[in-house]
Amino acid sequence: MIEQQHGASGADLRLDGVTKRFGAFTAVDDLTLTVPRGSFFALLGASGCGKTTTLRMIAGLEEPTAGRVLLGDRDVTPLRPYKRPVNTVFQSYALFPHLTVADNVAFGLRRRGVKKYADQVEQMLHLVEMDGFGKRKPSQLSGGQQQRVALARALINQPQVLLLDEPLGALDLKLRRQMQVELKRIQTEVGITFVHVTHDQEEAMTMADTVAVMNAGRIEQLGAPVEMYDFPGTAFVANFLGQSNLFAGDVRGRSGADLLVEAYGGRYTVPAARARATGGTVWLGVRPEKMHLTTQAVPDGHQSVTGIITDSSYTGVSTQYLVRAPWGDELTVFVPNSGVAAPLAVASEVTAYWRPEHAFLLPRPAGETHAPVAAREEVTA
Amino acid sequence: MSALGHVAAGGGSAAQVKLEKPRKKWLPYLLLLPGGLWLIIFFAVPSVQLFATSLYDPNGSLEEGYAMTWQFGNYPDAVSAYLPQFGRSIGYAALTTLFSLLLGYPLAYAIALKSGRWKNILLICVIAPFFTTFLIRTLAWKVILSDNGTVVSVLNALHVPLPDGRLLATTPAVIAGLVYNFLPFMVLPLYASLEKLDPRLIEAAGDLYARPVARFTRVVLPLSMPGVVAGTLLTFIPAAGDYINAELLGTSRQYMIGNVIQSKFLKVGDYPAAAALSFTLMAAILVLVFVYVRRAGTDEVL
Repeated sequence: MIEQQHGASGADLRLDGVTKRFGAFTAVDDLTLTVPRGSFFALLGASGCGKTTTLRMIAGLEEPTAGRVLLGDRDVTPLRPYKRPVNTVFQSYALFPHLTVADNVAFGLRRRGVKKYADQVEQMLHLVEMDGFGKRKPSQLSGGQQQRVALARALINQPQVLLLDEPLGALDLKLRRQMQVELKRIQTEVGITFVHVTHDQEEAMTMADTVAVMNAGRIEQLGAPVEMYDFPGTAFVANFLGQSNLFAGDVRGRSGADLLVEAYGGRYTVPAARARATGGTVWLGVRPEKMHLTTQAVPDGHQSVTGIITDSSYTGVSTQYLVRAPWGDELTVFVPNSGVAAPLAVASEVTAYWRPEHAFLLPRPAGETHAPVAAREEVTA
Repeated sequence: MSALGHVAAGGGSAAQVKLEKPRKKWLPYLLLLPGGLWLIIFFAVPSVQLFATSLYDPNGSLEEGYAMTWQFGNYPDAVSAYLPQFGRSIGYAALTTLFSLLLGYPLAYAIALKSGRWKNILLICVIAPFFTTFLIRTLAWKVILSDNGTVVSVLNALHVPLPDGRLLATTPAVIAGLVYNFLPFMVLPLYASLEKLDPRLIEAAGDLYARPVARFTRVVLPLSMPGVVAGTLLTFIPAAGDYINAELLGTSRQYMIGNVIQSKFLKVGDYPAAAALSFTLMAAILVLVFVYVRRAGTDEVL
C-alpha cells in the first residue's frame, strides 16, 4: 500500500489559483501552473518573489489563503505535511543533529512503519555517493556531504514530488557546479518530479527542463531554458535570465516579414516572428553575446550602434565591454577571447552590430524608458 | 593550534609568539585563584570539619566538648533511626521533579517557540518569584492552603474528597510547595535548550511523515535532553535537602531528612548524628545523580 502511494507512479503537480497573503503583503498571487510528472522544474526569482512560499505550500508547511494544490486529481490542500507524498530538501539541510547519517536517512521510512530499511538506506547512500558514512553524525560532515545526506533522506521515501529549497546555496561555487550535475544525474536516475527553488539563473538553466521566472508573487514566464533565453517574454525576464541590451523604441511600420522600429533616432528592423508586441511602444532587445564590435565597416545584413568603450573586464573565456551609446545608455557586449581580434582599448570609438534575427521585441509600457533591472542576490558569471 | 604552528614555521613573527606563550600559562591560574580560595575556605574546610564531627563520640555534648573516637557506628545508627525521613526526602524530591517536569516542559516550550514578542515578559514572570524570599513565599502558601482559605472552600463546595477534609499539613501540600518553589529551576534550563532548537528540524520531521507525537519523541525531546538533565538535577538536589516546605506546610508525618538534620543541629544539639546524616544525604544524592547522568547520557547517544 505504501509502495503504491509513494511509488514512482507519480502524477502531475498542479497549482490552481494559489494565493498566500501575510497580513497586507501578498507573497504569492493567484498562481496556476502544472508541473508534468518526472520533470525537473525550477522556480527562479529574486528573494521575496514568493518562490519559497510556493514551495512551502506544496510541502504543506504553509496553508494557502486561497486556491488548491493537486497531485494528479487528488486535492492535497487540506493535508498536513506528514500525510503528503511530498518531501523537501531544506535550505541548510535541517539534518537531525542527534541522529547518525543512517538514522537521518531512515527517518521517513521508520515513521511510516517500514521495518526492513537497512538495505534501502545503504542503496540511498550509494546513490548519493556517501557509502560508509552511515555511522557518522551530521556535524562530522562537510557542507557538500550534508547536502547529499539531505537529498538521500528525502529521496528514500520515493515521494511523488521532491522539493528543493535553494539546496546548493550554502556551497562554494565549484562544489555547487559539481552538485548541479550530480542532482541532474540523480533526477534522471530516479525519475521523480523535482521542483527546485533558486535565485541562481545559471543553476536553473543548467538543471531544469522547465524554468518559471517569478516576480512579485506571479510567474513572469515559464518555459524551456533555451527558448526563454533566446526569446524572453518580458523585459524583466530578459534581464533576470542572463542580461539584455534593451532599447526603448516605437514600432513605425512593417516591411514584409519585418517590423520597423525607431529608437533614439535610429532605425532598426526585427523579424515579426521575434516580436511579442507588433505595435506601439516596445523594447528592442539584443543579448550581449549576440553583439559584435568592430572599428571598421559593419558587415552586410547587420544593424549597428556606434559608441565609446567605457570599460572592459577580462574574464578569461571572454571580455566584457561596456559601450556608451549616443543616447547615454551603456551597452554590454561579450567578446570571446578566441584570439582572432586584438583587444579594444577603453575610450576608443567602436561600432556594435548584430543580425536583425538575433534581436527581439518586447512590449513596453508607454512611460517606461529605463529597463527593469532585477535585483540579483548574487551575480554569477 | 595549527595557525600558531604556521606562524612559528614562518620564522618572521616567531619571537612574538614566544613572548605571548608564558603569559598564557599563569593567567588561567590567576583567574582561578579568588574562586578557588573561596571554595577552600567556605566549602572544603567546613566539609572536612563536618566529616570529622560525624565521627565524634556521640556521648559528648556542646558544653563538655566532643572527643574524636572515629565512631563510624554513627552512620548506621543515624540512618537506621531516620530511614523513613530519608525515604520521604528521596520520594518527595522525585515526585517534585516529575511534577515540575510535567508542568515546566510545556511552559518552557511555549515560551521558547510559540510566545513571539511576549517571550521576555513571560521569562520575567518565571523569574519574578525570586524577588521575594523563599520563606515568605512558602508562608504565603500556608495562607492559600489554610482550612478556611478559598482553595479548601472551593474544593469542599465541589465535593472533592480531601484527606482529613483539609489541605494544609498533608503530603500533597508539601509536594505542591516544593513544586512551586523549584519550578523555575526546571523551566529555565529547559527554556535555554528549547530556545536553541531549530524550528526547521520540527518542520523537517513533519515533512518526513512524523506525526505530532513522533515529532516530539523523536526530535524535540532528544534535542532538549541537556535541558531535561540540567532541570531535573537542579530540582531534585535542592528538593531532597529541603526542610522549609515540610516544616511550614506539613507535620512531623511529612518531615524530610532536612528537618531531622536541622533539629539535630539547632534544637537537640546532637552534632555527630546531624553530621553523619548530612554526609549520608550527600553521598546518596551523589550516587543517584551519577547513575542518572550515566543513563541519560547513553539515552542521548541512542
